[in-house]
Amino acid sequence: MIAALGLLIGVVLGVIFQPDVPLWLEPYLPIAVVAALDAVFGGLRAYLDGIFDDKVFVVSFISNVVIAASIVFLGDKLGVGGQLSTGVIVVLGIRIFSNVAAIRRHLFHA
Amino acid sequence: MPEIDDPEHDEEEPDPAPPGGRDRLRRAMVRPSRGQLVVAVLLALLGYAAVTQVRFTTVDNTYASFREQDLIDVLNGLAGATQRAESEIARLERTRDDLRSSTGAREAALAQAEQQSNALAIMAGLVPVTGPGIRVTITEDDGPVSVDSMVDMIQELRTAGAEAIQVNEEVRVVAQTSFEDAVGGMRVDGQLVTSPYVVDVIGEPSTLHGAIDFPKGPRDQFEDDGATVKVDELASLDIEAVVTPRKPEYAEPDSSQ
Repeated sequence: MIAALGLLIGVVLGVIFQPDVPLWLEPYLPIAVVAALDAVFGGLRAYLDGIFDDKVFVVSFISNVVIAASIVFLGDKLGVGGQLSTGVIVVLGIRIFSNVAAIRRHLFHA
Repeated sequence: MPEIDDPEHDEEEPDPAPPGGRDRLRRAMVRPSRGQLVVAVLLALLGYAAVTQVRFTTVDNTYASFREQDLIDVLNGLAGATQRAESEIARLERTRDDLRSSTGAREAALAQAEQQSNALAIMAGLVPVTGPGIRVTITEDDGPVSVDSMVDMIQELRTAGAEAIQVNEEVRVVAQTSFEDAVGGMRVDGQLVTSPYVVDVIGEPSTLHGAIDFPKGPRDQFEDDGATVKVDELASLDIEAVVTPRKPEYAEPDSSQ
């Protein structure tokens, strides 16, 4: 319940403040958001599995974001930033799909 | 890494009477725990970032957020498009020049044809003309003017370069013009003209004047006939009489020539 409220509060804050994205963060923010989404869906699935641990969730959330951003950063330095961020998005997308499939099985038994 | 890893799954295995996922979700909704607070903070962060990014994506459609490589790709694409556009421009300009030159050639041909048609119209006496020339007035005093004298004078004027001739402002003298005797005057092209005969001639005035006045020339001839001749050199002279064009009945152009 609190978690859902937190998400809501974050969205509302974003809408209210309308912050500008700093220039150095521009290429990494979309990747970070997708990585965080992956972590959230993974956490939800773990919760439904009954194996949720908030400590693990926090660590996985942060490491997901950091690793995704640093891969893109590394790619930018190597000159393959565009391709690498596409690759990261693809991998995270696949994981999100499989996690959502597991969640669906839990909630709808289908 | 999220919590789908197997080792954690093993740790939670001895949970007694594991409830279903739905029950667990329902319980979490009604009975919040301390752990949820941390999750809520992270989710708030996620929501904040996501909203920011969504808004930023919709607002920012310039090249500011592009990577170096993307910018290079865009530039390459633009260069290719420019090249294609330039070759297209060159092709169209060639076509335009072709069309323009053919139009020019056509206009030149048209102008030439028009010029020719004007000259022919003047020669055939189809249009009124104006220009410098002389007016010869022949007044019968003692006797009638003979057709021979008139024809001789016309002939002399033609020799002197007369370009258009009319008699009494009624009859245009052209190649087919005929002269014959008639009662009270003469018939020019079938039309009766009487004294005084006023012959308007367009050409170089002094030359034409000379063609009338030379010894044994038209003036002497007319005076032998018993008429007086008066010649006026005019800087500008209008010849209004025209010939109605006649379609040749027998003669036709010989295309083999």
